Formats: sequence, C-alpha cells, structure tokens
Amino acid sequence: MSNQLFTKTGILSRFILRRDRLRIWIWLFGLVAITLLVAQTFVDLYGSEEERQAIAETMLNPAMTAMVGPAYGIDNYTIGAMFAHEMFLFTAIAFGLMSILLVARHTRADEEDGQIEMIRSLPTGRLSNLASTVLVMNGVNVLIALLIGFGLYGMGIESMDLEGSLLYGAALGATGIFFTAVTAVFAQLTENVRGTIGFAFTVLGVSYLVRAVGDVGNEMLSWLSPLGWVLNTEVFVSNYWWPLVLTIITALLLVLLAFYLNAIRDLGSGFLPAKSGRRHASKFLQSPLGLMVRLQRTSLIAWGIGMFILGASYGSVFGELETFFGDNEMLAELIAPIEGFSLTDQFIPMIMSIMAMLSTIPALMAMNKLIGEEKKNRTEHMLGRAVSRTRLIASSLVVSIVTSFVMLSLAAIGLWSAGNAVMEEGLEFGTLYGAAMVHLPAMWMIIGLAALFIGAVPKFIGLTWLYLIYSFIVVYLGGLLQLPDWLGNLSPFGQIPNIPVEDMDYMKVSILVVIAMFAAVIGFVGYNRRDIEG
Amino acid sequence: MTILEINNLTKKFGSFTALDNVNLKVEKGEICGFIGPNGAGKSTTIRILLGILKATEGRAKIFGKDAWADAVEIHKRIAYVPGDVNLWPNLTGGEVIDLFIKLRGTNNKSRREELIKRFDLDPTKKCRTYSKGNRQKVALIAALSSDADLYILDEPTSGLDPLMERVFQECILEAKNAGKSVLLSSHILSEVEKLCDKVAIIREGKIIETGSLIDLRHLTRAHLHVQTKLPMTSLHEVVGVHDVEVDGQSYSIHVDSEELDEVMKYVSQYGIIGLESAPPTLEDLFMRHYEGVSVGVGGAV
Ligand SMILES: Nc1ncnc2c1ncn2[C@@H]1O[C@H](COP(=O)(O)OP(=O)(O)O)[C@@H](O)[C@H]1O
Ligand SMILES: [Mg+2]
Repeated sequence: MSNQLFTKTGILSRFILRRDRLRIWIWLFGLVAITLLVAQTFVDLYGSEEERQAIAETMLNPAMTAMVGPAYGIDNYTIGAMFAHEMFLFTAIAFGLMSILLVARHTRADEEDGQIEMIRSLPTGRLSNLASTVLVMNGVNVLIALLIGFGLYGMGIESMDLEGSLLYGAALGATGIFFTAVTAVFAQLTENVRGTIGFAFTVLGVSYLVRAVGDVGNEMLSWLSPLGWVLNTEVFVSNYWWPLVLTIITALLLVLLAFYLNAIRDLGSGFLPAKSGRRHASKFLQSPLGLMVRLQRTSLIAWGIGMFILGASYGSVFGELETFFGDNEMLAELIAPIEGFSLTDQFIPMIMSIMAMLSTIPALMAMNKLIGEEKKNRTEHMLGRAVSRTRLIASSLVVSIVTSFVMLSLAAIGLWSAGNAVMEEGLEFGTLYGAAMVHLPAMWMIIGLAALFIGAVPKFIGLTWLYLIYSFIVVYLGGLLQLPDWLGNLSPFGQIPNIPVEDMDYMKVSILVVIAMFAAVIGFVGYNRRDIEG
Repeated sequence: MTILEINNLTKKFGSFTALDNVNLKVEKGEICGFIGPNGAGKSTTIRILLGILKATEGRAKIFGKDAWADAVEIHKRIAYVPGDVNLWPNLTGGEVIDLFIKLRGTNNKSRREELIKRFDLDPTKKCRTYSKGNRQKVALIAALSSDADLYILDEPTSGLDPLMERVFQECILEAKNAGKSVLLSSHILSEVEKLCDKVAIIREGKIIETGSLIDLRHLTRAHLHVQTKLPMTSLHEVVGVHDVEVDGQSYSIHVDSEELDEVMKYVSQYGIIGLESAPPTLEDLFMRHYEGVSVGVGGAV
C-alpha cells in the first residue's frame, strides 16, 4: 500500500530535471563561480597577515555582526576565516532562495495550474510529485555543496583544508535542504503559490533577523534561527559538523510532515483558510492607474521597506567609516582619496548609485508590468472598454516614475536617519538627499527605454533588465575590476555627477531627462499603433 | 440601421493570412451568430472590431465610426466578453466586476446584484480560485450589467454548465427585446440556432456563407424516417436522397430541402405507415460545408 504512494517517483524526477535543466544549471554555475571567484579575490587582495588583521578590527562592530554574522577566529584571521565570515551567510541565503523558488514551482505552482491533476490521473503515486521534487532539490543541493567543497579545496589556499572546504559546502547544502523542506510544508498549507513563496521567504527573512539580533545581543536567540545553526559550524576555524546534524534532522522531520499533510489533503486545497475578500471594488480601484497600483501593492510596500532598511544599514556603518576605509584596501581601490572631502562624503555617491540602481528594479517592474499583463491577455479587458492606449501606458509610466522617486527617497531617508544617529557630527539631510535625487534622471532614462520597447518592440523588453545589470556591473565593479571609463559612460548611472564630491552637471543631467522623454514619446506613439496581443 | 459593418477586411500576421476579405453586417436589434471551428479567425475579427488589432486591409466600423481610430468612443457603447477570460488572481470577482463597469463609464448597480444572483457567482472569492466557467461569469456579468448598444461576445458559454447557459440565453434575448444588437461567436451550434437571426460562417479566414437561418436552409437536408407498406427498392436512385439506411421496411434518409416535394411524391406511392421528420439543424449545414470544402481542397492537393 505505502509503496504505491511513491509510484513513478523516478520518472517524475527525471521530468523535473528536464524541465529545469537551464534553471538548475544557472543556479549551479552562479553559486559555484561566485564562491570561487571571491575566494580568489580575497587571496589577491589580502595576501599579508597585517592586511587581514586590519580588516578583522573593522569586522568587530555590531553593524557588521548583524549583517554577516558573528566574527570568529579573529585573532588569527586567515583567508579561510575571513572568507567564511564575509561570504557564508549571503551564499547560504542564496541557497535558501534557490530551494524555495524551485520547490514552490514544482509543487504548489504546478498544482495551481492543474498540472499535478494531469500527473495524478496517470498511474503515479499520491506523493510522487512531492517526493520527486524533494529528491531532485536535495540532489541539486548536495551536488552544488560538493562542487563548492572540492572547488575551494582545489584552489590550494593554505587555510582552506579539505575538511573545512567540504564543511563549507555541506553547510550551504544543508541550508538549501532545510529550505526545501520548509517550502514543501508551506506548499501543503497554503492554497496558492504566492502564499507558499511568501511564507517560505518570511521564514528565511525572520531567520536572518532573529540571528542578527541574537548575534549582536543574546546568543541564545541565534539558536532559534536555522541560519544561526549553520553559522555555528565556524568553518575553517573550528569545523564543527554537529550543527548540520541538527539542520538535517529538522529538515527530515519537516519533509515527513509535508508528506503527511500531502497524503491527507485534497488536491488543490490547503490548510490555511483563504479568507473571503471584498464584495465591491474600493474607491481606489476604479481606473487603470488604481489597478496598476493595486496589483503591485504588496510588492511595492515590501520594496519600500527593503530600501529603507538597506539605506539604514549603510547609514549604520558611517560611524566606523573612516577606520573602515583606512584599512580596507578593496574599498579604498573603489574610492580614491580626494582632498577637502571626508571619506564619508566620498562614500556617499557610490552608495547612492547602488541604491538608485536597486530602486530602479521596482520602478522597472512597474513599467514592464504592462507587457506582463498583455501576455496574460488582461490588457484587452481595459482596451476593450473606454480606456485609450495612451491612458493605459501613461498609467504604467506614472506608477513607475512615482515608484522611482519614492524608493530612492526611502533609501536616502533610511541612510540619513541611521547615519545621523551614529555619527558624532551628524549628517546634513539636504546634501544627502540631493546626492540621491541626482540619480533620478538615470533611472528615468531606463524607464523611458522600457516605455520605448513596450511601444515599439515589446519582445525585446528583457533588454531593459540587461541594461540595468550592465550598469550595475560597470558602475559598481568598474573601479575594482579597473574597467575602462567608456564602459561606465555607456550606462546612464555613469553619467551622474558624484554629488557632493563633484559639482552638479546640469547639462548631462538634462540630456538624460531629454533622452528619457524622447524614448517615452516614441514608446507612446508605437503603443498607439501596434497590435495588442491580448 | 447598421450597427456594425466590416468591409473587405484582411489581417495578416507576418506572412500568415488570418482573415481574407471578410465582410459582415449587423443591423440594429439583430443577433448575429459568428460560427467557425477553432482557428477560423473569429477572435481575430472581434479583436479588430475592438481596435486591439489593426486591420492589414479593409475597414471595420461600429456605429458608423472607425473601429481603430475611434475605439474609445465606440467602447463607451459596447460590451465585450473575451473568449479566454483571464483575470487578476489576487482581486475578487466583485472587485473585477466593479472595475470593469467603471472602466466602461456607465454604471448600473441594481443590475449587477441581480445578475450575480442569476449566474450564481460568489463575488467575494479571489479570481485565482475561479474555474473557467466562473471567470466567464465575471466577464458576462460585467458586460450584461452595462447599458450597451452592442454586445460582442466571443464564445461566451464554452465553460458554462447547461443551467447557466440557459440563464445566458435568457439574458441575451432580454437584450434583444430591449433593441440591443449582439455579435455572438461560437462553435456551439445549438446555441447559435436558438438565439440568432442571422449567421455568418467563417473558415480558414474566409466567410463561406452568410444569411438568415431560413436563407441557409437551401443548403441543408431534412432527416426523414419513413415506414412503408411496400418495399422501396430504388429509393437511393431518387434525386435529392442521401445516406439511405434500411431496416426492414423502415427507412432513414437525408433529403435536400429543394427536392423534398418530389421525394415525398415518390415515397407516397408505397403507402406511408409512419413518417417522422427532424428539422434541418445548423449542424448539418455546418458539416455539409466542411465536407464540401475539405473534399475540394483535398482533391486539389
Ligand atoms: N498574434 C498572432 N500571431 C500569429 N498568428 C495568430 C495570432 N493570433 C491569431 N493567429 C492565428 O490566426 C488564426 C485565427 O485565430 P483566432 O482568430 O484566434 O481563431 P478562432 O477565434 O476562430 O478560434 C489561427 O490560425 C491563429 O493561430
Ligand atoms: Mg477564439
């Protein structure tokens, strides 16, 4: 009887691997490549013990502890200790993200789309789909763990021995396996994939925050967080394996729970009740503009909070900035010293451009939403009624522009409030806010470009994302990788004057605004002329 | 008064011709059926009428205005139900209905409640929980609660159960009695037959037949079941008789409408004991057309 529950799990696993071959490869390649590349960078930049010891001093402040985890092995800060300390937590989060997204996709998302119903109608077991998903994801996590483990060892870095390297990989893999299990449970509890992903992300986010608070203040608290567990392996210093046993056992129990819940529930149902919604539309939801805002409400609020926190976390290191820079060669290379300005002043433009580029993400999503709606055949509901094409695309544009402004403002305000609190002489809001706002024209140029694509060549809309990623690489890493200047100049963000260090360049900024407007106008004209797909 | 007029309409997607010289007219107070198999070009025609797609050649006019240039003006007076209703998963049905009514401009609150009851829809549920039929109900309720002059409905009942289909038919007849016009695309022939004054048949982008149901009867065959005293040995040789099936002295035949008189004269010579006749259905007409055309195409290849 019980083995019937898992009939054809093998075939389904292969089917998942086939459907996801590209996705899995991208995650695998990305995670392994970034790990090895950063390890190499650390070797190149922090070859000497004095350099590393200097960094160790700056890592001892609470802001850093909250961000990357507690410092350990500080008195002998080897490359291994330093690498694990600065890289492990974020890589673990990436493993969590990967597992959450892929598991949700093959469980609740497929169930919601009716694909599981198809599969269940074939001679497959009741639990086969969940089993194959868990199986594949655990396999993927183990594989990437091994690749990272042997890869790090293979680089022949003195302080990264075989045991430590394998433990580093294993701790990451265990994190992935843990969040595979968490997502598997939420896929049973919730009735839709948004809920599944939302709850799983919440667990990941809360794990991070609880650990942050715990690491700074009360160590016991960190033991409530699965991310706290894996951090306690103290890779490359103490090499404790037992926290992983805890992680894996918990994951196993969660998977069993998921199987149990899956076995007792109806297909398509969940355990958390879907609450009944509004009978009537609110005053707000009466226009394309209202609809666009409403559809993205949750995501926009989340982004807003995220940008504020990001700004605040940058701001919180301002107090330590001078020491921090004095000792960090990697960052010093990014920012060459300029007479007459404090290092804080010099740091501001770079932080601002990072925050501006990140704020562009929700703004661009708001603009590109129009294409997403068209692909889902939902723009015809509007265009089939008394809504003109101009009004529709303008609604998207307005939401996008306002988003760009609000997100950047929130980040700047976050930065100011935290920075002002920790710095002795305080931080002037006006200067800071101006340094942020000067990036708006660059953001608008990307939004304008998106409007152009939407109107003229919608199938190339993905290029707007590539352009943003390109900007991020050349502007953020340009100095570090010593890329030629013209590469940076191709990005609108490369054209923005470095306020407050440089003077305002009205000419350049106006040109960006004009290009943005011009692109948007072409987009509007094109949108009024072309076929709408649905 | 002509409400809707399509003249020599051609639509190409790249090199593929989806519509080839389509002509269609809908008069005031008329329900026009627009039938054809999947992929015939019904939705494409309707989307051109809505100004969502641009005609490659030819013109489409509604209320005498150009469907592309005056789309917004036209849409204030029409109501549209798409063939494949996709809604926003995180809005409720009630919210969507209100939004749709609002986007059209006019508002008819009492009708909304009445229709929600008649179609038996729970408007407090999120759209992601709705089946295809329920999503169609949302679009239908929004369309029918508006005071439109023309209803454009693209296969509106493909997901409804028979009970709801009845409600739908009642609503359409009410609209017709109120002097509204309807363009109803479908591949469900019985529905078109019950509702429509006029039919246009489209296949592979071409209108192959158009006219009132009575006009089209000449293309159809009646089904007759006859029992006679004496055996009819040469029944299959009679002009206009097709598909003869014999079971003892009882015969089942298809008869061309225009030959009915002659055939009856022939049959009566053998002493009729029983006679049943089924009216020609649109289905026959439809099938006959396809048989004819596909044989022609097949022969040419
Ligand atoms: N955007 C498009 N690009 C290319 N071909 C299309 C497009 N839209 C429709 N078609 C083709 O046009 C034909 C008519 O489609 P459609 O009007 O949707 O048919 P119907 O509604 O009668 O089932 C089909 O062959 C379809 O594949
Ligand atoms: Mg269609």
